[in-house]
Formats: sequence, C-alpha cells, structure tokens
Amino acid sequence: MIGGLFIYNHKGEVLISRVYRDDIGKGRGGWRNAVDAFRVNVIHARQQVRSPVTNIARTSFFHVKRSNIWLAAVTKQNVNAAMVFEFLYKMCDVMTAYFGKISEENIKNNFVLIYELLDEILDFGYPQNSETGALKTFITQQGIKSQTKEEQSQITSQVTGQIGWRREGIKYRRNELFLDVLESVNLLMSPQGQVLSAHVSGRVVMKSYLSGMPECKFGMNDKIVIDKQGKAGASDEAGKSGKQSIAIDDCTFHQCVRLSKFDSERSISFIPPDGEYELMRYRTTKDIILPFRVIPLVREVGRTKLEVKVVIKSNFKPSLLAQKIEVRIPTPLNTSGVQVICMKGKAKYKASENAIVWKIKRMAGMKESQISAEIELLPTNDKKKWARPPISMNFEVPFAPSGLKVRYLKVFESKLNYSDHDVIKWVRYIGRSGIYETRC
Amino acid sequence: ETNKLYCTSVKCCIFELKAELNSDKKEKKKEAVKKVIASMTVGKDVSALFPDVVNCMQTDNLELKKLVYLYLMNYAKSQPDMAIMAVNTFVKDCEDPNPLIRALAVRTMGCIRVDKITEYLCEPLRKCLKDEDPYVRKTAAVCVAKLHDINAQLVEDQGFLDTLKDLISDSNPMVVANAVAALSEISESHPNCNLLDLNPQSINKLLTALNECTEWGQIFILDCLANYTPRDDRESQSICERVTPRLSHANSAVVLSAVKVLMKFMEMLPKDLDYYGTLLKKLAPPLVTLLSAEPELQYVALRNINLIVQKRPEILKHEMKVFFVKYNDPIYVKLEKLDIMIRLASQANIAQVLAELKEYATEVDVDFVRKAVRAIGRCAIKVEQSAERCVSTLLDLIQTKVNYVVQEAIVVIKDIFRKYPNKYESVIATLCENLDSLDEPEARAAMIWIVGEYAERIDNADELLESFLEGFHDESTQVSETHTHTHLQHVLHKHTQNTPDSDNPDLRDRGYIYWRLLSTDPVAAKEVVLAEKPLISEETDLIEPTLLEELICHIGSLASVYHKPPNAFVEGSRGVQHKRLPARTASGESAESPDAGQSVGGVSDAPPAVIPSQGDLLGDLLNLDLAPPSASVPVVPASMQMGVDLLGGGLDSLVGLHRPSGSQYIAVGLAGGTGGMPAGLGGTPAMGGGLGDLFDLGGGVGMATGSYVPPKAVWLPAMKAKGLEISGTFARRGGGIHMDLSLTNNAMSIMTDFAIQFNRNSFGLAPAGPLQVLTPLAQNQTIDVSLPLNTNGPIMKMEPLNNLQVAVKNNIDVFYFSCQYPISLLFVEDGKMDRQVFLATWKDIPSENETQYQIKDFHLNSDAASTKLQGSNVFTVAKRTVDAQDLLYQSIKLTNGIWALAELRIQSITPNYMLALKCRAPEVSQYICQCYELLLRN
Repeated sequence: MIGGLFIYNHKGEVLISRVYRDDIGKGRGGWRNAVDAFRVNVIHARQQVRSPVTNIARTSFFHVKRSNIWLAAVTKQNVNAAMVFEFLYKMCDVMTAYFGKISEENIKNNFVLIYELLDEILDFGYPQNSETGALKTFITQQGIKSQTKEEQSQITSQVTGQIGWRREGIKYRRNELFLDVLESVNLLMSPQGQVLSAHVSGRVVMKSYLSGMPECKFGMNDKIVIDKQGKAGASDEAGKSGKQSIAIDDCTFHQCVRLSKFDSERSISFIPPDGEYELMRYRTTKDIILPFRVIPLVREVGRTKLEVKVVIKSNFKPSLLAQKIEVRIPTPLNTSGVQVICMKGKAKYKASENAIVWKIKRMAGMKESQISAEIELLPTNDKKKWARPPISMNFEVPFAPSGLKVRYLKVFESKLNYSDHDVIKWVRYIGRSGIYETRC
Repeated sequence: ETNKLYCTSVKCCIFELKAELNSDKKEKKKEAVKKVIASMTVGKDVSALFPDVVNCMQTDNLELKKLVYLYLMNYAKSQPDMAIMAVNTFVKDCEDPNPLIRALAVRTMGCIRVDKITEYLCEPLRKCLKDEDPYVRKTAAVCVAKLHDINAQLVEDQGFLDTLKDLISDSNPMVVANAVAALSEISESHPNCNLLDLNPQSINKLLTALNECTEWGQIFILDCLANYTPRDDRESQSICERVTPRLSHANSAVVLSAVKVLMKFMEMLPKDLDYYGTLLKKLAPPLVTLLSAEPELQYVALRNINLIVQKRPEILKHEMKVFFVKYNDPIYVKLEKLDIMIRLASQANIAQVLAELKEYATEVDVDFVRKAVRAIGRCAIKVEQSAERCVSTLLDLIQTKVNYVVQEAIVVIKDIFRKYPNKYESVIATLCENLDSLDEPEARAAMIWIVGEYAERIDNADELLESFLEGFHDESTQVSETHTHTHLQHVLHKHTQNTPDSDNPDLRDRGYIYWRLLSTDPVAAKEVVLAEKPLISEETDLIEPTLLEELICHIGSLASVYHKPPNAFVEGSRGVQHKRLPARTASGESAESPDAGQSVGGVSDAPPAVIPSQGDLLGDLLNLDLAPPSASVPVVPASMQMGVDLLGGGLDSLVGLHRPSGSQYIAVGLAGGTGGMPAGLGGTPAMGGGLGDLFDLGGGVGMATGSYVPPKAVWLPAMKAKGLEISGTFARRGGGIHMDLSLTNNAMSIMTDFAIQFNRNSFGLAPAGPLQVLTPLAQNQTIDVSLPLNTNGPIMKMEPLNNLQVAVKNNIDVFYFSCQYPISLLFVEDGKMDRQVFLATWKDIPSENETQYQIKDFHLNSDAASTKLQGSNVFTVAKRTVDAQDLLYQSIKLTNGIWALAELRIQSITPNYMLALKCRAPEVSQYICQCYELLLRN
C-alpha cells in the first residue's frame, strides 16, 4: 500500500509530507531519503519525464503534476498502481473542492487542513471514503464540539455507509436539477480527408438540488435499450426510433449508479450526490457528426518558402452556431516571417508557439472559410526535415456530436411530498473539440 | 497569514516555540503547534519539543489534537520513553463518547511504533473491533494490520486475527472492505496458513459487499477475489457474472482489478462455452475506455493491455485504431502504444499500421522515432505480405539522412534480410552509400554483417570493410575485450588456416574478412560475432509464458507496470509467493486432490508420510509454488539420451548445446568452414552465453565444461533391500535435472514393477515421469536408468537442505533411502544477471546475509575457474583485476528463483580462493559455498 505522500513545489521543496508506512524510511536519513530521491531523480531531472512511475533503489514513486505542484505517492510494495493514481487524482479533487486551485500558496495556507484530510482519506496507505460531500460534514477546520450525538452517528454512518456520497435530511424549497451533456469529439484525419480515427468521449454532468433521498432514473437514446423496447412495442415505432438511437461503445458510472442493475437491465438508477457530480462517461465511435472539416494544402516553394492554404467547412444545421473556433497551423522552427490573409476572423503568427493561430468567434452551420499564408524560411543546414505536426482545431457547438439525447430523468422520493412533476429540470448539450487534428 | 507562518517558522528558533507551546492562551498554543508541524514538514528537526507538544495533547479541540497526533507519529520512535506520556490520553480517547474521537485514537495509536505503547494498544483495539459504530470498526480493522506489522506474534497471541475474520461478515460494507484489505496484507506474510479462508460462502459475502462499498473497498475486495481459485468452471462462471458489472465503474482501478479477476477465472472456462465468448467481447470496451483516462492512468492501462494482448490477442484484435499515437500524448504513452500496435499488427490492418508508423518516424523524440523505425522492421517480419512495402518505407526513411533514423533502419533491414534471404539485396547499394554515417555499434555490426553476408554480390566488399575498419579503431579497448580478442583470434586463426583447403572461395574470403576485422578492431568483432540474438521469430520482446501468467495474476499492480514479478522489486517476504493462473478443470473432477497427478505407478498405495518428516516449512523463504504440478512432463528426446551414453558425464554440456536458439553469426562464420567440429556447435551456447566455454570447445582446449556430476554412490545397499542395490547420482543436462540410477539385482529372483517416489523436500524435486525399467531385472543384472526430475513437487524444508528421501518399490517390497544432491543441480541456465542489476542487487542485500568461504590450496587461474563454473551455470557477470588479484563477480539462479551473488577473489600469490556470497535466503549460502569447492575441484 501507499507508504507515504509528498507534495512538492516546482523547486522540489516539500510542502506536505505524510508518512504512512515505516518501510519507506528504513536506514539512515529515514523517509527524508525518499523525499530527496524523488526531487533529485524526477523533479530536477534534466530530461523530460519518461514515466509517471519511477523506481529508485527499490522504492516506487507515482507522481502527478497539477500546474507546478508535484504530488508523489511512495511505496515499497507491489501496490495496485491504478488505485494509487486514482487516489492522487481524487486527492486533487478533494483539495480543489476545499480551497480551489492547487497552487503553492493555497497549499501553504491550508496545510493543516491537508494534513487532516490525509489522515482521514488514507489509513495505513489504504484509501478510505474520499467523497467531498461526506468529508465536508466533519472536516471543517472548525472543531466538532458542537455536534450532538445524533449528528455524530449520522456522520459516521454516512462516511461508512452504502450511500457515502449523500447525507440525509437535505431540504430545498425548490427541487431543481441541471443536466449537462458534455462531449468532446476527437478526430485524426489524413491530408486527403480520410478519417483515420474518430471518437466522442462524453460526460453527463448533473447538478442536483433535490430534497431527501431521491431515487432517480436516467434514460437516453441508447440503441440497446431502444431496440429492446422496439421489440416489445409496435414494430414501426422501432424503425422510427432506431434512427435516433446511438450505439454506445462503453460507459462508466459514478459510484452512486447501481452497476448490477445496469448490467442486467441496462437501466441507470441511482440516488444522486447533492450538488454537482459526473453521473456517467461514455464513448462512441459510430455515426459521429464531425462539426468541422479541415482541408489543408501545404506547398514548399524552394527551400526558403512555404505556401499554406487551409479551408474549414462547418457541417451541421445552418440554424446552429459554433463558437470559440480556433485553428492552429504549425510552422517550421526556422520561420523568419509570415504573411496571412483570412476571409473571416483574425489570424496571427505566434513565433513563440511556432504556429499561426486563426480565431473565429462564431460560425453558422454549412458555411466555409479560408486562410492562406506565406511562410518565409531561414535557410538551414539542418538535415532533418520538418516533422509537419498536424493542424489542430478547437471549437464549441451546441449539440452532441455523438447524437446522444436525454430521454428522461425521473425523480422519486416516496417519503417527501414532491413528485417527479414538481422537479424543475434543465438539459443542455455542449460539443467541444477534443484532439481534433488533420495531418498536412 | 499562515503562509507567513510557513516561511518564518523555519527560521523561528526552538526556544521561542517552546515558550509559545507552554502559553496559557489556547489560540497561541494552537498556532505554535502549527508552526512545529510546518517546520517538521520542511525537514527541520523539532524533536526537542517533544514534551511540550505532548503536553498540548489533552485538549477538547479536535484540530489541535490531530496536529499533536501528527507530531507524535513522526517523533515517537525517536523518543520512546517520552511517548509513554501519551498513552493515557490515547486510552482515554478510545472510550470517548464521540465515535470520531475513538477512531482517531485507535488509528493514531497504531501508527506509533513503540513497543511499550503497542502493549497498551491491545485492550483499546479489542474494544474498538467490537465497537457499535462502523466508523470505529473500520478503523480498528486497519489497525490490526498496523499492529501486525509491528509485532506479528502479538496479533496472533491476542486472537485479533479471528476477530478480523469475523468482520468479513460485518453488516457494514466498509468494515468488510477494510477487514479484507487487512487480512490480505497479513496473509501475504503467512502464505501457508490460508488466513482469508476463501470458500464459496465467504466469496459470496465478498461479492455482496462488492455491490455496496466505496470504490476503494471494491478494489480491495476484487484484489482479494483474484487470489481465490474456484472449484470448478461453474463456480468460476458465476463469480465472473457477478464481477462483470464492475467493468462500468468510473474508477479505472476498479475496472482493472475486475479485468484481473475475469482474466484469471476465464482460464477455467471451457472455450466452447457461449459465456466464454460473451466474456471476451465484454472485456474489450472497458479496456479501450481506460485510454481516455488521464495520461498516468493510460500508462498503467497500456502496460497492462500489453500483457493482455500477449495472453489473449483475440480481445483487442479489432481495436488497432485506438492505439494510434496522438501528437500530444506524453512520450511514455506514445512508446507503450507503439508496442501494442506492433503486437496487434496483422495482415488485415498492416496498411494502416504502416502508414501510421511512417508518420511517427518523422516525429521529434529520438527514442520514439527509433522505436517507430524498428516497428516497421518488425511488421515486415511479422506479416510477410507487407515486407516489400516495409522495405521501401525504410528506404524512404534512409533517404531523409537523419542519422539515427538511418542507423536504426539499417539494423532492421539486416533482420529483414535474415528473415527473407536473397529477396531484397537490390537495396544493398543504397545501404552502402550510408556507410560513413554509421557510428553506433549496433548499426555498424549490422552493416558489416550485411556486407559479409552478401560479399559475393558486392564488388568492392573488402574495400568497403577495409575503409570501415580504419574508421573506428578503438584505442581504449578494455582488458576483458582484448581477452575476447585473443580467444577470437585463436579460433578464427585456426579457421582461416583451414579455409585455404576449402574449394569455396567465398567462404575463404569471408574467413579472411573476419580475420582482418579481428586484428583491427576487437570491439567491432565482438559486436559482429556476439551481437544480440537477432530476431528471426515473428514476435520479439515476448514475455516468457510463466512470467506472463504470473503477471496476469498481478494486473493493475506495480508488477504489471514494471513487467517484473513482485519479488524483483519488493523486499522481504511480501509478494514472494508466485501467483499462477488456475488450471482448466471440469466440474466433478475437482474433488480429486491436486496430488493425484503426482503419484507414480504402484507406489501410490504406499502412504507418502511413511518417511518421518523433519524440520518445518520454509514458508516464505522459498518461493512456494503451491499450484498442482503441471501435466506436461518434459520429455527427454531419444537423441539426448544417446548423447549421454556416447559422450559420458564430462561432456554432457555438448548435448546441451543442441538448443535451437543462439547467435546465428557464429553459424555463419564457423559452422560451414570447419567440418571437423562437432555439429553441435552450430547452435552455439544458449546456456553458456559467454565466450568462455565456446572457445574452449572450439579451440579444442580439452577441458571438461559440462556441469558437475558427482560419481555414483551406493544409496541403498543390497542387504537392506532384499537384494536390490541402488547406486546413483544427479546430473543437470539440457536444462533439465536427472537422477541417474543403477539398479542391480543381487537377489535370487527376478525383479519387476519398479516405481519411485520422493518425499517432500526443500526445493520441490519430484520425478517428472515414471521410473522406466521396461524389462524385468534378472539375477546379477544391472540396469542404468535416467529419471528426469522437475521442481514442481511439494515443498518442505529438509535438514540438511539438500536431503532427498526416496521410496523405491518393486514386486518384492518398498524400500526407503535418503541421499543428498549437490545444490548446483538447481542452478538454472538463465542465471546470468545483467551487470547493472547485479551491482544494484549486491548493494541491496544487507551485509548480514553475506557468507565468507575459503577454498584452500587451489591453483586454477581465474579464467579457467570461470569456465569451469560456467559449465554448472555459475555465471561470471564481470571481472576485475586489482593488485594482482582477480575478482570474479558471479550470479547463480536457483530453480525456485532465488538468486545468489558471489564475489570470487583469486590471488596469484596465495593458492587460496576467497568466496563472498550474498543471498536473500541465507539458508542456502553454505550449500552453495560447498558446491563452489566441489565444482572447482572436479
């Protein structure tokens, strides 16, 4: 199990150190040796990090980096590596939930809190309940004198309970929930316009402000479910809805979802945490709507000049508007000057990023736009050819490129006097570019 | 404000802090403790404040209390006497009405590793284990593991293990999960006593808790489940059915642990079962989903997928695209994806793969580009139809003139030539153009090989080589390499002298080329002759099957990330136990005991416990292999048997040389030319590995290089066995262990129905087949039998360690005797450790594990000794000469995976050898030392 957890700033100074196991500190110098070994071999290493897991003198270090803060978990045993990383991410989430951005200053200002959290969510290196909802009920930095006996047992039963992510007795005057379907569409296209790989990774994020312990049921146009219902119901309806359904390659759920029920009936039922959380993640690869097509044309004119022409075409309903469009066209390292002409938006050569960045605020569907650039090159005797990194694109569209639709989200709370109809529900779809690249 | 505190506290002196800690004001006290903790964090020694900080412990301010506890955990060990002061507060807190405080107390107390405190911990812990509040119970469960780590005996004596076992049936899922975690950890240091007592009932409980507990708890439970072996395929299927829903969990570790359970239990399902196919299909999507996790987790997932693809390629064979490298992937993700792409490459997707690889070969990162180029070569070798396209892609890359790309391309083209001889020589001209840019040994060696191999087609081959040689004459040639040089000269000189008689001019030329090469640059020659085994098989870097099986049992863990068994990086007893995949069993057969396959012939009715057993179990010291013996018995081919008869004991290693793999270069250079050499040389020593024994054989320095075989001794005198006399010895040949027996019939009647059985022994030696006495043994007749042995038998520590108790049966009676085998019998062929690993391991083994041994009056020089030892699989990793004494660093690996490292000091002045031996299992050291003497003197 995890033997110790250290947090470093970018210089390699230790901000937080918590040792859980003696084995990481055997010999002279104790666990300080481990602390130093990581600083010397990883943080101060000249080379780029070649692995997130490093073994130094039979001690294994797992690290993640958030802005310029390093979190390192240390162990001498054959731990579950996936668990250690999941834990480190969770630790970051918990800290963010408590004090916002993970920065050196915030960590220093909250070091007592961090130690208290680390004492609670890792015991002898075993992760314990790390749901912020539950933690916030008793790790408050204000002492717990005021708690009554009932409150105490409520806390402990929640922390250890089956529904560790939600406390009892939540009350809202207005029962309301927000559903965000957030998708990122990923594409790798050849210069000739052939799709090399494309997939959508989506998330359903829910913000729930519901009283009591509500039972929820979530439904979407999952092909498997629709087909099943189609078989049971009228056949023509199946044909109609079949078009609208999507094939989900795989999905994963927040721990509140009853997985065995999903496995057997493919229904998504759960008691939600209070506030914002991620209900599910999914991935689709079939029938993806690619919102933009990038058509590159790069011509080398002699050894000192490059002509680039890039056309982008929007491929969705004309009534919809894409936003925050950004096309990034890489330029060679020996670029000496760039001249750009674009029909729409603004384009700039950014020497520090070795790229031409073309920004368009808004663009409706079924339109196209073009940029052309002349790139002057310094003559070099560097034998190595320019690697021609792909042209990448960023955008945001108000629909789900996978075609996912929320069909329903039903809320049942038998003990309180509100029904599904009383809950105000909001649904929003946002499609963003993930890694959206076209080779040139 | 705290920020300031953080910085200033470092400068703040102990004296000031002391005053503040003793302040009457609560707030001031609290701030002072905070400062102390901050100083502690940045590495300042604040242990001097111990009494003052402990004084702050009795407070009702929980925040302050927690800070003091944090301090205590850090410094209690250095101030054990003072730490006692805290006990009272702990004991009192364990009775507090607030469950959070009770838990805090028991949690902290378990972290204070001071013996005296531990004694006081027992009573509070006992109460907390039965506390009414689940939060306290779940904390107490982990505390048992903590206490066990400090004082295992105490935990057992106090009966905490039983209480912990009871908690597996607790009503609260988190208590169950923590109890499982604690028990799993404790049982790792007691591999034999089946602490977890997994049976269908307890498994059912775990599966129920699995649905209800936190994500972390699910991981503990799944990891524990993976250690269970279902009784039959039906049970296996029902567990799989209940585990599959976990594949949809958002936590990747839950998913990977579920994959581990499924991969393992799947082994038991019949392949024609519908469910088997369903399960295979269900595994692919979650594995692909792992690749959309954060990069660090992607890395862990990819390392595991690498294993899964090797074990069950069918799962992901259609998912090639998801492993395409993204431009912004971190380099560690890129390299791993590339590995998997090569493994998944097939005729169906090769076009796509090649297009991708070509793209990658123009990227920036040197390692990645090299690997991509190498991958193109591997595609050519793996998918024959693509070879031509690969070659032309490689030629394109050579045209880029990027130095490392060219060199890498030449290395792989050499491999393609090897795989498809005489097919692509048309490209040689292009390759030759790049001769000048080659500055890496491997590329140079490849090019020299190509030129040498196709010398007859290259008009100016000798010219080319000539120029090649002038370019890189290396002046700083190391002593050992000169040594190699001499040996090579020795052999090859002979070879060239032979060749003028040959009427094949090409062959003669080639000999001269090598000869020239040798006299000019021994380093390059070594590269040429002993370059790493070139790839000729389709797959490279495949993990050896038993290791792969073991790693599959460790999916998700560090072992799966390192692709090494846990004992390679975990100290002490933990993780030493090897894990194995379960065997396929049909329901119904399961009732048979795992020993069933072991009983030999008619002896099975003789109770195996007849021989009085001695000693206790070696337990965690030896690598226990508790799996039932594998059904496959290594069959000794007839030719090998014959070889033994013909050549006799001393030359047994020649037989071993028949192994198929080996450096093909030698075959090119030597086998054709010198007809007088034994044909066995063509294969070259896969077992020897080094130069030593090769040249001793090739050069005809008639030294016996075989593994040491003691002379036969009488083990069972005739008078004790109703006329049957047994003498015998042990031998290691061809990588297998043999017991060579002579059975003599001194009785008046014919003997038939022979069978043999071994008692449990230290290294699990067991007959790998029945005792083959096919014809009845007549009066006064002697028959020689060789019994192949394996090391899959049951294990029990014997005294002495190398003692073996044997039962032999014939038509007359059952007879018992015991004999001792030289421990060198167990030295395996792959026992040569990498130099770096050797160095690290040597440093890592504590010096109390070192054994010194003196071999007196011995005159062999170090090279001869090294050669002699190598014949018995004692490998010289490095040699150093200091002050007229030679130091040989040698490695030995035993059949059960124990490594022994030795430093052999040979002085030219005194005839004594000094041996220093380091081993993690010091019990075996003395036997190995004795063996050294035995091996050297024979």
